[in-house]
Amino acid sequence: MADSAREVTLGLPPGRDDQPAAVNARSQFLRGHGVALALIAPALAVVGLFFVAPLGMSAVVAFRGKSGGFTLEHFAKAFDFYTTDLLFTLTIVLISTLLIGLVAIAIAGYLTLGGHPRTVAILRWLYRWPLFIPFVVAGQLMRTFLAKNGMLNHVLIGSGLIEPLSAQSLLDWRGIVVAFVWKQAPFVTLLLAGAMASVESQHIEAARNLGARRLRVLVDIVLPQVRGTLLVGLVLSFVTMLSVLSVPLMINPNSPTMMTVDVAYRISTHGDYPVANALCLLSLALAAIGAVFYLKHATARAEGG
Amino acid sequence: MRGFSLPLPVSAVMRAAVLALLAFAIFGPLLNLLLWAFAERWYFPNKLPLEFGLTYWYRVFQPRGNALASLGTSVWIAILTVMFSLAVAVPAGYALARLKLPWRGAILLVFLLPQAVPNLPVYVNIAQVFYQIGLNGTILGVVLVHASHGLVLAVWIASAAFASVDVSLEEASRNLGASPWTCFRTVTLPLAVPGLIASAIFVFLESLDEFTGTYFVGVPDVTTLPLLMFNATMGGNYQISSITALLLLIPSIGFMLVVERFLKSDVLAMVGR
Repeated sequence: MADSAREVTLGLPPGRDDQPAAVNARSQFLRGHGVALALIAPALAVVGLFFVAPLGMSAVVAFRGKSGGFTLEHFAKAFDFYTTDLLFTLTIVLISTLLIGLVAIAIAGYLTLGGHPRTVAILRWLYRWPLFIPFVVAGQLMRTFLAKNGMLNHVLIGSGLIEPLSAQSLLDWRGIVVAFVWKQAPFVTLLLAGAMASVESQHIEAARNLGARRLRVLVDIVLPQVRGTLLVGLVLSFVTMLSVLSVPLMINPNSPTMMTVDVAYRISTHGDYPVANALCLLSLALAAIGAVFYLKHATARAEGG
Repeated sequence: MRGFSLPLPVSAVMRAAVLALLAFAIFGPLLNLLLWAFAERWYFPNKLPLEFGLTYWYRVFQPRGNALASLGTSVWIAILTVMFSLAVAVPAGYALARLKLPWRGAILLVFLLPQAVPNLPVYVNIAQVFYQIGLNGTILGVVLVHASHGLVLAVWIASAAFASVDVSLEEASRNLGASPWTCFRTVTLPLAVPGLIASAIFVFLESLDEFTGTYFVGVPDVTTLPLLMFNATMGGNYQISSITALLLLIPSIGFMLVVERFLKSDVLAMVGR
């Protein structure tokens, strides 16, 4: 990611290697792999040109001063203006990830171990509805559902749980968290339930026969075996939520807000690409924390056998 | 979860209560959307719309209305994205699943990036580049952005679909004298079709629902349905935005209901192998 020119060539070499030109060891290599490389080259080129290269460009633009030299001023400005939003973003995404994990474990756990077949069937039918609903629609749903005069408050007041006067709008950080969990928990649950279904049923039955309660079986037997899947789902969700623009724009556009909103604002209002890119790199750094967390777990598991 | 060892009636009540809460959490927002879509007048502090009607539906679906144009744009972009993505993803998926490939790990990593890295930096910079070369605000520009993201899913699913085809069937056809191409055309490809259809649907939906990339690259001329919905919401026109959201929900929910028919567990098990 250090310079964009290198990123571009990184994406392309397979395309160039396909030409059967050189007569040396290289062509030997190509005879064995030429077809495979030719088949994969177009896809690699598209991802390289329209994803990897712009990503590399981000690093260049964020560190390049007006005169072309290296500078950190854009980052200084980004921190100056947006440190609160950086923390706000991290907090929201972490809370959402945690809640998504808990919801997914609870639902997938009941789907795997639940003793009441009809409840399991209803739950399996129920939890998946938001699975493919786009974030932008989830944002719109929550914008009306969680508003001060929205359905949630009407139901809470109607059931006597809160007083009409204490009804408040949830369209702040809480609204973002609700929208994220609502949309993303079914995805992690789907992954997790799939992984749990492939846990050896003998292990579960053995523990049950020894008198373990279901919650114990879930925590001690099932969860350790699906930890990897859970982590993959959570890291993917973490990264996805970091770059969602529509939900914070629709639910909580005012400061403090999420960094995606700041990036859009820097560009649409100021045409300020350097600071926007610095902010982008900061959110990449946050995503990298998630990735490192995952890799650490993966290697720890590999070492532990 | 604590209700497991309670006597039956108590645990039955708890089960029903938890299911009801979950159902409210999931369907409440959707029901609210339905109400808004058919509300003629609805303002504070009324719990329900004062009047139901179809006025806004006529407005959305009037000939030459914005919504129909956006729907057309969205579907057209999604179809082009699917065609483009599959055209490059099917050969790539086959190579990953069946052929000996150098730098396999690195290649898999590249195909993981668009799903594993925040996309915002990409959209920001691609919009700047596209602006300079005149691709901003064009259908082609939006299709390229959608495809670079969607094709990754397509590659993974296509590769899994090819990997789940029984190799012995291919060997049998080759032993009977079929050329590699004939074998691929008559044995491998037909058996992988359900997985490929699934990947096509995934890419279609992803393109149809895509917001951020279109927000940066599509402006000002390409208004897809999600952008139209967003603009209506931000303009406070909840009826129009709810009706548009409903249009977007139909394919999403429809796919959720049938996804397992296309994406069998044997294919799912091969994803990422």
